[in-house]
Amino acid sequence: MVEEEGFRRYIAHIILWIGIAIVAFPVYIAFIASTQDNALIANGQMSLLPGGHFFETYYQTIFVGTSGSTREPVGNMMLNSLVMALLIAVGKIAISIISAYAIVYFRFPFRMPIFWIIFITLMLPVEVRIYPTYKIVADLHMLDSYAGLALPLIASATATLLFRQFFMTVPDELLEASRIDGAGPLRFFWDTLLPLSRTNMAALFVILFILGWNQYLWPLLITTRDDMQTIQVGIRKMITTTDALTEWPIVMATAVLAMLPPVFVVVVMQKLFVRGLVETEK
Amino acid sequence: MANVTLRNVRKTYPGGFEAIKGVNVDVGDGQFCVLVGPSGCGKSTLLRMVAGLETVTGGEIDIGGRIVNQIEPADRDIAMVFQNYALYPHMSVFNNMAYGLRNRGMKEAEIKSRVDEAARVLELTSMLDRKPRQLSGGQRQRVAMGRAIVRQPKVFLFDEPLSNLDAKLRIAMRVEIRKLQRRLNTTSIYVTHDQLEAMTLADILVVMTGGQVEQVGNPLAIYEKPATTFVASFIGAPPMNLMATRPEEIRSQLAGSAAADAGILGIRPEDLVITDQTPDGGVALPLTVEAIERVGAETFIYGSREPEEQRVAATPGELPPGEIIVRVPGTEAPAIGAKIRVAALRNKLHLFSGDGRTRLEA
Repeated sequence: MVEEEGFRRYIAHIILWIGIAIVAFPVYIAFIASTQDNALIANGQMSLLPGGHFFETYYQTIFVGTSGSTREPVGNMMLNSLVMALLIAVGKIAISIISAYAIVYFRFPFRMPIFWIIFITLMLPVEVRIYPTYKIVADLHMLDSYAGLALPLIASATATLLFRQFFMTVPDELLEASRIDGAGPLRFFWDTLLPLSRTNMAALFVILFILGWNQYLWPLLITTRDDMQTIQVGIRKMITTTDALTEWPIVMATAVLAMLPPVFVVVVMQKLFVRGLVETEK
Repeated sequence: MANVTLRNVRKTYPGGFEAIKGVNVDVGDGQFCVLVGPSGCGKSTLLRMVAGLETVTGGEIDIGGRIVNQIEPADRDIAMVFQNYALYPHMSVFNNMAYGLRNRGMKEAEIKSRVDEAARVLELTSMLDRKPRQLSGGQRQRVAMGRAIVRQPKVFLFDEPLSNLDAKLRIAMRVEIRKLQRRLNTTSIYVTHDQLEAMTLADILVVMTGGQVEQVGNPLAIYEKPATTFVASFIGAPPMNLMATRPEEIRSQLAGSAAADAGILGIRPEDLVITDQTPDGGVALPLTVEAIERVGAETFIYGSREPEEQRVAATPGELPPGEIIVRVPGTEAPAIGAKIRVAALRNKLHLFSGDGRTRLEA
């Protein structure tokens, strides 16, 4: 790192502070709004200091929900989002680490074509194949279910590629030493490859959890029941009201709540996450 | 305890490349066999075939009276030490050593006693809880050895286990390995490209080149009577001086013996002495000193032969044509540019056919 002299360093700091303000101010506004009285916000008289409705608003948000639009308690929406995000993250990691293991360590017919097919799916995210995917999920009677929410998003080329790259850096001698030590393919996978992939898995988990948590289009399409609604969809529904005032404090409280689990995951996994991205422990 | 016998072992890769072209080696029970050769000669491939990590495309590998061609590495009753040690990075030293035993379903108490014993022998007792990355190169090497020892296998296989260590440690570990092998009396096959390592460790030395065995035997016997010019220049450091006997000066000195028809004459640097006399039946060479290396106990003189046109190539990659190395004791040496005369006794001459493939007895 280059140490800058006085003046230039202040400029750098000022720019950074401006950047932080731009990112953090909307979050701050959301939090402030969630503690204010709705009438004040609707009148455009919202103060920039916290109001006195914190406990009341958050209690209502989590356990009761809005009085108009969707009446689902946000606590339940969070549960739905959490289950979906966890299923996606864990499912993706499980599926892709197994397929990467097959592709790197086994010689089977059509190995490379299969690898390329997996690779090509990178170009086909859910948004592109939404109609056929919907049709399949509907035919399997998985609408309004956790399986329907998570399954189509689990198949993932990115994670497979990442694990493939990682496995290719693991020295061949480790496999050979395992073979001589009497470990079969499953043992080698379980005893050696999985522990070595720990940091990679943690990094992927963070990324995939946030990706799953932030899904909007897919849950919007396949959930019709309010009690299967995810938080991202719920926020949107709360804002659109036809004949009543939007309950902004509740909307903002929901937005704040929606931010918490990803933040929590990042903070908890940060150490592993950074190691997984930068360090190769071999 | 077991013999290892290779009978006409071959390895041909799917592309048609023949890595091993029919190798016959017999390693007796408890013997230390060293495979030595330049890189790419197939020595590691051969070792990996014995280990079961490479398939055998021809011939038979016999370990302890059992043909193991189709047997999995784990069931061959062998243990291998890898060049990069191949320790499990996420396991402690103890678990690294215990892993193979656990996979075989051994009781924990027995595992513990075996690992403790190996750790004691290898002076690793205080490090059993550490991870491999917390160990120095030499310690990792010892853990790799420990992993092999605890198994109490019929055969140890070593694939250049010392080449990642610095020179000093390499010599120390070389002695350790030899002592350990003597004490455990386990048949061992050891691959190296370092001829010094090969000479000092081997009971049986196998010199390989181009996928074939060039010579098999006791290391000193090979040093004294190399069968081909390749072996002659590969075993011994600095390498043997090889020269064509075509130049009249040499041919005339060899006249009167069968050797006069030999194509190539070899003389080891240590067999040349600076003298004005020509020993009876021996060879004398006039040299111009071109370079001198003093290494303390001995001095190497690099000289060129006169006249210029008599320079003839030795084995490719070895000495420049016509260059002769003379090893003299101490630090005494003539000045650079001086004209000297060196000579070798009759019984110190090595004679080979013109293609270098056959040794001729003088």
